[in-house]
Amino acid sequence: MTKEDISQAVIDIIQEILPDEDMGGLDQEKPLRDQLELDSMDFLDIVMELRKRYSVEVPEKDYMELNTLQSTVQYLQPKMESL
Amino acid sequence: MTYDTVIIGAGMSGLAAGIRLAHFDSRVLIVEKHFREGGLNSYYTAGGYPLDTGLHAMTNYAPNGPKSAPLKKLLRSLRLRLSDFDLTPQTTSKIVFPFATLTFSNDLDLLKQEVTQNFPNQADNFVKLIKVVNEYDFGDLASGRKSARKIVSEIITDPDLLEMILLPVLYYGSAEEDDIDFWQFCIMFQSLFLEGLARPPGGVRVILSTLLKRLEDAGGELRFGAQVTRIEETDGKVTAVILKDGERIECGSVLSSAGRIETTELTDTKPPDDSARAGQLSFVESINILDRPAKELGEDSTLIFYCNSEKIRYRKPEEPVDLDSGVICFPGNFDYTDSYNGPEMVRVTHMADYDYWFGIEGLQYMKAKADWRLRSLETIANVTSDFRDHIKFSDIFTPDTVRRYTGHINGAVYGSPDKLKRGVTNLRKLYICGSDQGYLGIVGAMLSGVIMANVIMKEKD
Repeated sequence: MTKEDISQAVIDIIQEILPDEDMGGLDQEKPLRDQLELDSMDFLDIVMELRKRYSVEVPEKDYMELNTLQSTVQYLQPKMESL
Repeated sequence: MTYDTVIIGAGMSGLAAGIRLAHFDSRVLIVEKHFREGGLNSYYTAGGYPLDTGLHAMTNYAPNGPKSAPLKKLLRSLRLRLSDFDLTPQTTSKIVFPFATLTFSNDLDLLKQEVTQNFPNQADNFVKLIKVVNEYDFGDLASGRKSARKIVSEIITDPDLLEMILLPVLYYGSAEEDDIDFWQFCIMFQSLFLEGLARPPGGVRVILSTLLKRLEDAGGELRFGAQVTRIEETDGKVTAVILKDGERIECGSVLSSAGRIETTELTDTKPPDDSARAGQLSFVESINILDRPAKELGEDSTLIFYCNSEKIRYRKPEEPVDLDSGVICFPGNFDYTDSYNGPEMVRVTHMADYDYWFGIEGLQYMKAKADWRLRSLETIANVTSDFRDHIKFSDIFTPDTVRRYTGHINGAVYGSPDKLKRGVTNLRKLYICGSDQGYLGIVGAMLSGVIMANVIMKEKD
């Protein structure tokens, strides 16, 4: 998967969790937590969806890597580029 | 067949846990001993009328609340939409004591005004209480039990207002006599007054059918008429459940909504330091179908919490039924946008002595039910209309009914007073959800299932 694919995959996951949210205006570099009012359960959901859809494991100590969309893509790239 | 998780009980908590685990590809089986889902919040048909057993109103409504609001969190975690529950807000409800009446709606300002009018010197204190609840850390599961009566009385210094605030909170969730844990107080105060009440026009069936469909879509399995009689363990870890007919179902973990003590009874070694007390609080509730809308008989409230004494007696009564206080519910008096098609009725709930109701049977039981229902309707005519000449059909449930349908010891509606907030037991891979985890209301019950599903998924790693 390319960087763009991974970014879209993450956005698709967030969109499933927040179906009413307009993802168009998402700022790549701002924390997802603040922009979308996500809480720890939502981050758990993102991690679980990554595991479910792409068999990607994100251990709990790495949750902070999911801070922004950009940092998330960067963190996931080595795990997902071969998919 | 081997399952990752077997869930005992298809009530609100078990169904929510099942949906979440199945959504994330766990092999899940829910076993329910009855032939219908819902547990405490189930439904039935009598006299040709569709009736609900538990749900008066769903608390935690807050349709415009933040994403962190319990109902919003719940819906997200189950991948459901608010519209799936078809919720209609309440009109207004009342808390009635001999010295004052407080009216409240889903707009908190009304209750603030009412408090200011009736208790002018408590207006600031009430705002302070709201702030305390708003800032409460609901995720703090480590702290022990604290008396809400004590903590709230330090904020609300008028003892009469304290009683008025406690009455609905106790009735809608306390498993302990005359008091409630402060953590639970905050959950219930938030859900009742800060977020508000709502109900689907079709009652609890709407919520349950939504959950069943979601469970099926997610790939979870559900078996009715399947009663677990034993939770099998090997080397201190759960390995299987045994059903009444002897069938053995292997599983990696068990999540039980059967109650804390009730679940312990099913295990081989009985987790040793589990000293939970049995609940004492049970209710009678009469369901009375009216020949016309309650509004036409002079009552337009959604709920009335009343107490005829200055102090609440929220405890196992000396008499079969304590008519001194109660909850009166009018399912026809929600703010329905289209005309309401359900049966017009008044439901009345009082505290009851389970010993009395367990000890009688047959004709005596029938007569006691009829007698107490009429005495109840006579008593409540002081705080609402007199409905006695307008009842087409009635039914009444007692502590015995609650025991039969929920399996709770003593027919204790809210289970044991000793809650297991984290849901983790002394037996590895045996978890508790539902009433005895302590989350309140049906949103709280479902959230308890979600939270335990998360615990189980994390422990899998």
